[in-house]
Amino acid sequence: MIEILSQSAFASVQDLGRFDAVRWGVGTAGAMDRLALLVGNLLLGNPEDAAGVEAQVFPFEVRFEADLTFALTGADCAAILDGVPVLPWASTAAHAGQVLRLGLPQAGRWRGARAYLTVAGGVDVPMVLGSRSTQLRGAIGGLDGRMLRHGDRLPAGDAPAATLVAGVVPPGLALPLEADGLPSVRVLPAAEYGAFTDASLARFWTEPWKITPQSDRYGFRLAGAGLELKTQLETRSHGIVPGVIQVPHSGQPIVQMCDAQPSGGYPKVGTVIEADLWRLGQMPIGTRFRFLRVDWEAALAARDAVDGWLAEVRRVAGLLRARKAA
Amino acid sequence: MTQAPAVSCLGTSAMLFEAPGETTLTNQQRIWALAREVASWPEVREAVPGVNNLLLSFSAAPKRLEPLEMRLLGAWREAAAMPLDGRVIELPVTYGGEGGPHMADVIAHTGLSIEEIVAIHASPVYPVYALGSHPGYCYLGGMDPRIATPRRKVPVIRIPGGAVSIGGAQTGVSASDGPSGWNTIGTTEMVFFDASRDPPVLLQPGDSIVFTVAEIRK
Repeated sequence: MIEILSQSAFASVQDLGRFDAVRWGVGTAGAMDRLALLVGNLLLGNPEDAAGVEAQVFPFEVRFEADLTFALTGADCAAILDGVPVLPWASTAAHAGQVLRLGLPQAGRWRGARAYLTVAGGVDVPMVLGSRSTQLRGAIGGLDGRMLRHGDRLPAGDAPAATLVAGVVPPGLALPLEADGLPSVRVLPAAEYGAFTDASLARFWTEPWKITPQSDRYGFRLAGAGLELKTQLETRSHGIVPGVIQVPHSGQPIVQMCDAQPSGGYPKVGTVIEADLWRLGQMPIGTRFRFLRVDWEAALAARDAVDGWLAEVRRVAGLLRARKAA
Repeated sequence: MTQAPAVSCLGTSAMLFEAPGETTLTNQQRIWALAREVASWPEVREAVPGVNNLLLSFSAAPKRLEPLEMRLLGAWREAAAMPLDGRVIELPVTYGGEGGPHMADVIAHTGLSIEEIVAIHASPVYPVYALGSHPGYCYLGGMDPRIATPRRKVPVIRIPGGAVSIGGAQTGVSASDGPSGWNTIGTTEMVFFDASRDPPVLLQPGDSIVFTVAEIRK
């Protein structure tokens, strides 16, 4: 068991997401930075889709009620375990009664917004409709389908004695993506792309966009040059996915994120490709970033690059565990 | 209105098929048939009907899009309207009063009396076209255009589950508490979503809703 000590945690239990219940109106939920969660699980020898805790408001504090091996990935929050610094992107052994405290995300070469606490055996909440992710609307998954709060206790699943593994370069450093000195995400144009004026589309690709404070797990509201439709469109409700960039009447786009509802009717200028969603999910409020246009082949190449990096992490983590065990 | 079906991608995780023509029950029945067909394709993780459209999420993104697009368009040409023989659920509604805080706006917009609005709202059989928005929520067809009322300029932060509302030319029932830009005209009690059931939803495409008048509160 781990106990949540923070008062208003805004943290939640997430796995890679719920992908087979959209036809029932259930969104995907899931970790905003799937790579970080997945690597956390790899470091512990967990199944890659095991659930962890996503923290997005700091400081964030938990107490271990039993000896437990854990890993911290995602944003580097200068964590301390009973006063001793904890190495991120590595596994660490905690003893019963120890308190883990995550501070503010550190500004280094790469600054994230969300940290992931994974534990050996995974956070063992019930699987609901194929996932343990917290789905707030409808209140399913995670812990009672809600954000965590002070006093909550999360069970860890059974796990073989974990060996300690370190040595993963964070994806923010291993897979950088910038344009004109700004962090960037790649976008495939969507159905209504051609319905916007050429001038506003040109600005969409060349001007920076800022993540406004009205941004959360549901969606990122952006501020920037704005998009204009050539003529008003009739739109009908249809299924959407995280990453879809909707443009409401104001012309300021909203990127749908992991807790977004699974349908929408606003015109869509494009979709942030799956391979880059973690980058956006880690950008703190106030970040200025760029959209980069890609075609299908380039989007698949981006996915292959992430898969290649993950394969290397799997290989290294496996080797390190084997060496420790020997 | 588009004349030809349109296929587009939603990043590398899904593809969207949009049918041409008006939103009609017959067109929607073809969407259901298409959904059933493509759900069995190996590259498709889930086929999700929308209103006159279909989302396919990928189990693995295909190397090339064109062959899948062609198959999709071919399957649409083959898709015959599939009238699903669904259930008809009766929902008793308390119209107006505390549970229908925006009834006054519908009265003001339509120029009809509350009795007329209720009579018009409670008379059709509403087919469930698709599910979306939130767990268990149904997109319904068949509302009488005489009671169409524009969405609210400022959405309401939290309307309760069971709220019966009108947004533009559509009506619906919220399945759980949440924000909404629609005009709430009444309330009903029904559990539309329960993750412990199989399927977890009360209603699916092909089922229908009939609203009955439990009470009118002024």
